[in-house]
Amino acid sequence: MEKIRVENLTKIFGKHPHKALEELKKGKNREEIFNQTHHTVGIGGVSFSVFEGETFVIMGLSGSGKSTLIRCLNLLNKPTDGKIFVDDENILDYDKKRLRQFRQDKIAMVFQHFGLFSHRTVLENVQFGLEVKGMEKEERRTKSLEMLKAVGLEGWEDHMISALSGGMKQRVGLARALANEPEIILMDEPFSALDPLIRRDMHTELLDLQAKLRKTIIFITHDVNEAFKLGDRIAVLKDGEMVQIGTPEEILENPANEYITNFIEDIDRSRVIKAENIMRRRVLKIGRNTSAKIALEILTDSDFDHGFVTDRENNRIHGVVDADDLLRAIKEKLSIEAVMHTNFVAVREDTYVKEILEIASETKYPVAVINEQGQYVGRIQRAALLKSLV
Amino acid sequence: MNQFPDIYDLNAGDYVEDFVKWLTTDHMAVFDSIRDGILAFLLRMQSIISFIPWFVVIGLVFFAGWRLKGVKSGLFYTAMLLTIGFLGYWNDTLLTISVVLTAVIISLLIGIPFGILSANYKKMDNIVRPVLDAMQTMPSFVYLIPAIMLFGLGMVPAVFATTIYALPPVIRLTTLAINSVSRDMIEAAESFGPTAWQALIKVELPQAMPTIMAGVNQTTMMAMAMVVVSSMIGAKGLGYSVLIAINRTDIAMGFEAGISIVFLAIIIDRLTQSIGDRFKYEE
Repeated sequence: MEKIRVENLTKIFGKHPHKALEELKKGKNREEIFNQTHHTVGIGGVSFSVFEGETFVIMGLSGSGKSTLIRCLNLLNKPTDGKIFVDDENILDYDKKRLRQFRQDKIAMVFQHFGLFSHRTVLENVQFGLEVKGMEKEERRTKSLEMLKAVGLEGWEDHMISALSGGMKQRVGLARALANEPEIILMDEPFSALDPLIRRDMHTELLDLQAKLRKTIIFITHDVNEAFKLGDRIAVLKDGEMVQIGTPEEILENPANEYITNFIEDIDRSRVIKAENIMRRRVLKIGRNTSAKIALEILTDSDFDHGFVTDRENNRIHGVVDADDLLRAIKEKLSIEAVMHTNFVAVREDTYVKEILEIASETKYPVAVINEQGQYVGRIQRAALLKSLV
Repeated sequence: MNQFPDIYDLNAGDYVEDFVKWLTTDHMAVFDSIRDGILAFLLRMQSIISFIPWFVVIGLVFFAGWRLKGVKSGLFYTAMLLTIGFLGYWNDTLLTISVVLTAVIISLLIGIPFGILSANYKKMDNIVRPVLDAMQTMPSFVYLIPAIMLFGLGMVPAVFATTIYALPPVIRLTTLAINSVSRDMIEAAESFGPTAWQALIKVELPQAMPTIMAGVNQTTMMAMAMVVVSSMIGAKGLGYSVLIAINRTDIAMGFEAGISIVFLAIIIDRLTQSIGDRFKYEE
């Protein structure tokens, strides 16, 4: 379901943004407008939708307008033009009171430099949003303690912010946002100020939390790997305009232009591409009760050099055979089950290439791909595995 | 040729006098109520301060110095107060303190809200800033003139002049303090949808407190300086003794009253400064 819909959003910085807006509408570009009017086009006509419960990553280099864009979504920046619908209400029509309510109930934000209050303790920081809402003292304390526990900061509630490390500070920032029970969380480069190891922990933690909470998250980053790791969908922003929106796989497979191609060059594909993206769906199945002779005929008639032995009823894999095995079975009058190899490797459809690579070397056969019910749905040739990395 | 031409006689003073007379006669009620208000406040302050026995005052100062700065400072302040007492200026010191306190409290009551408003409204700041500049360039004596014009002689005009003179630093530093609260923090607060009042009370003021306290310290020191000057229009206390000493060229009295003022000033300065330090937070 669509949670947020942004239509033709424009933000221009300067004294008379609406004059510059006219120029922009005439089709002039960012640079021309700056040279003529000394107005900076932060974002120029961006449209996109964010679905309920997804993590929508907006990726772009510094100066691409991503921080400006995310601040428009809770109106910390007032857009110059365009519409922002949240649950089908245009938030630009809100008056002051309605806007306060919107910020109190629906949307919370996590900041790059944490934005924590240095005069308050950890607990008092987490409580801030609840205080603003006017929640009772006991209730907000209980709730904040619960949130601190959820982000792994149990026992730190009475410390001052200055006593915390960067990673812990951002946990407080996250707890503060979560305490309000918002439907939407805006995250403005929340982890870029943290060192790589801590950042990785925070990624895992965010993914875990999100698996439980299923909030609508809008996540800003300049780090491609971060974007591909966290995003259900990714939008690439350049010079205040959307270049491409899509799932990580879509972007990797069909980059919209050279800019994106360059952008994703450094990406660790093995962490993005899943088994289902590279598997061949055409498979050769050999029933486990088939005679070796017929099986050999099937195999030699096909262009396969192996066949997975499956159960006809439930399509589960029991083993794998090649022509040599079948010849041996015919010669020694054995059943297929007696000659098949059971040390094959099978992975689920949503397994990342990185993990497949780690176990693929254990077998000389292709990797079998199975679905949630354990049914044989595809195979990955070693060559395909390697090809996916470049 | 070295005489300024006497063609036109500009009697600006007459107009001002007329204006002041009009103010004080036609609007007598206003000035009377201000006078009564200040006087009542001052007398209350005096009675509270003089009600406390001298050894309790010294004890309190020692305790404050000890807790805020350390035992050495506490003992140092105690020694200074005892010296003032032995010199025979204890009562004058209490009078001076009560005028200073009254003026400082009124200054803060006016100055802090003013400073906050100036920080939030650019237009107001554009008006207030040059006025403050003018106020701070004017010599302190000048403030005595409107004080006498409006309230005559005595303690009330002294408090009035002192208040006006002490006002600029607290306004200025409050504005500065509010304006320099980190953008990140304001933005974070804003994102939770507080009212302007909630944002002010919960985030801006606490963050601004160390700088505001520096303003309070400066305002107190300015009041201390002015209270001595305003002895010329009838403020009793240490300043009055200095004034008498000047008139009589009494070196001994001048020294004793002078050193008492210095000691009092040091104590007030150190104590208000270290109260301010208490409000500092590490980032």
